[in-house]
Amino acid sequence: METVIEKTNVNVDIEALRKEIIKEENIVFKKTIGLTDNPLSYCPGCGHGVVHRLIGEVCEEMEIIQDVIAIAPVGCSVFAYDFFNLDTQSAAHGRAPAVATGVKRTMPDKYVFTYQGDGDLAAIGTGETIHAANRGENITIIFINNGIYGMTGGQMAPTTLLNMKSSTSPYGREMDVHGYPLNITDMIAPLRGVCYATRQSVHTPANVRKAKAAIKKAFEYQKLKKGLSIVEIMSNCNSGWKMTPVQSNKWMEENMLENFPLGDIKVPQDK
Amino acid sequence: MKGNEAIAEAAIRCGCDAYFGYPITPQSEILEYLALEDPYNKRSGMVVLQAESEIAAINMVYGAAGCGKKAMTSSSSPGISLKQEGLSYIAAGELPCLVVNVSRGGPGLGSIQPGQADYFQSVKGGGHGDYRLIVLAPNTVQEQYDFVDLGFELAFKYRNPVLILSDGAIGQMMEKVVLTPQKDRSVTLPSWATTGKTPDRERNRIFTLNIETDVQENHNRKLQAKYKVVEENEIRYQEFKTDDAEYIIVAYGISSRICMKTIQLAREKGIKLGMFRPITLWPFPKQKLFELSKNVKGIFAVEHSCGQMVEDVELAVKNNTPVKFYGRSGGVIMTPQEVLLFIESEMNK
Ligand SMILES: Cc1ncc(C[n+]2csc(CCOP(=O)(O)OP(=O)(O)O)c2C)c(N)n1
Repeated sequence: METVIEKTNVNVDIEALRKEIIKEENIVFKKTIGLTDNPLSYCPGCGHGVVHRLIGEVCEEMEIIQDVIAIAPVGCSVFAYDFFNLDTQSAAHGRAPAVATGVKRTMPDKYVFTYQGDGDLAAIGTGETIHAANRGENITIIFINNGIYGMTGGQMAPTTLLNMKSSTSPYGREMDVHGYPLNITDMIAPLRGVCYATRQSVHTPANVRKAKAAIKKAFEYQKLKKGLSIVEIMSNCNSGWKMTPVQSNKWMEENMLENFPLGDIKVPQDK
Repeated sequence: MKGNEAIAEAAIRCGCDAYFGYPITPQSEILEYLALEDPYNKRSGMVVLQAESEIAAINMVYGAAGCGKKAMTSSSSPGISLKQEGLSYIAAGELPCLVVNVSRGGPGLGSIQPGQADYFQSVKGGGHGDYRLIVLAPNTVQEQYDFVDLGFELAFKYRNPVLILSDGAIGQMMEKVVLTPQKDRSVTLPSWATTGKTPDRERNRIFTLNIETDVQENHNRKLQAKYKVVEENEIRYQEFKTDDAEYIIVAYGISSRICMKTIQLAREKGIKLGMFRPITLWPFPKQKLFELSKNVKGIFAVEHSCGQMVEDVELAVKNNTPVKFYGRSGGVIMTPQEVLLFIESEMNK
């Protein structure tokens, strides 16, 4: 190592340096093999990329890459099938839980998860979500709640807070026009088909670690065939909210978490 | 057995992996028969599931088909409308599957009696985008049975959704059926299927999005090239007394059964009437019909709609001979006699 540093100081041989850096013994951090090398299409600062990495890491650590089938949604994460190094199906908008049902019923030994935004899961796909949950499908739903339709340019989502501005609620969401923010995870948690429901976030390193543990737990419950597990992850949408990444994480903590409190909502009751 | 039961029995026996359905008259017997037979536990290990909607059912089919499984769903007209989104995605993703429409009178909730008014929806698109379904139209309970296996064969051969366009009459009628032996469910899955990424291969992806317009256009060209191969190889039809015919009826499904009697009545009166029955509605047997139309005095398109297949007949016949349309709709079933009356009145014009 020392010789390399000396060499670069004297005469920078980039090629040699690169070769040296990628030597197995010199690598200090590697991207998980659960992700591909494709560059993510997410805005810098957005939580989607973090959650992708967590899922990839969990699949790698549990050594289940060959046993996972992922279902991508329609939304910002529509290209998830190019980011996960997994066999993946891309579902129509909102239909991921139904597609996952078709996969899991015919491939019962595989881990099956859907990755969905709030518009996908809690608006157009509400029916599919509730019934997959009620049937106790042995699948995991990773639900990214950013309070907005990110992909289509920041329109109001079912999860948009009261008074929160979006391109289709430019004066703020009004209760008597648009109704209230929908808290779908709490709504489906009491269903007997749901074994595990939790709400996490990825706005601080500590929360990122907790979110990862929750994803792992959900996959473990799936292996034990306990029923449907849902991991809601609160995420910023700095572009949609028109803030910097730092501002948006602060705003989320101060505003979103009151409506969507973090923590386990339901955990399996062992008999 | 009943036409609908034949579909269900054929599904079990041909080694179908999964059926996802939602009740609607006049096809609920398919789901009921499968539930009663309990193939999941008892006979073949097939998955049978009542979905929360036709939308969910077709998307369950998408998921199972994406894993390379033989998956199917069935419904009747209003429910088939709900499946159009899924069908467009399945066609775009080039997934094999079987869909059965035991159609009834429309539009709207319409009537629960037989209808053939879903022809346009079946052969011209129905969902969005440039895609085709291979459409098979049975006219006996035996064909209801046979077309399930044939449908899956074509679906996997071309990686394309296949639609059996039946109707409430064929679905509800009872006839004798020759059954085939139970096939094993296939254990080897296609190489493109999402079965879990093993280290020895690239990941498999089932998707329908192409942001780059030229990539999407190339995909469309690939689909069109496939459809052309289907058109060249999979046309099916049946001729009935066309050899000496001066007039020809073109009819499919229940209408073709009724017109068999019309032809008998006409022949008793000395009218040389025959019938051409398209079995594949897409691809439509237009070349054969074009040839036939050169030698006849007139063609009658007879269907239980307000005039849908007649457009394809006119396109095929290319003004070789006059094409006249006769139809009943809303679930009203025509009699052989009224068809003959219509034909005689047209002949005398
Ligand atoms: C049937 C249908 N309707 C509408 C759209 C347009 N659309 C694409 S993404 C999207 C919203 C996605 O928002 P969300 O699920 O919250 O995910 P995010 O983009 O915020 O991650 C909409 C409405 C579509 N693709 N298909």
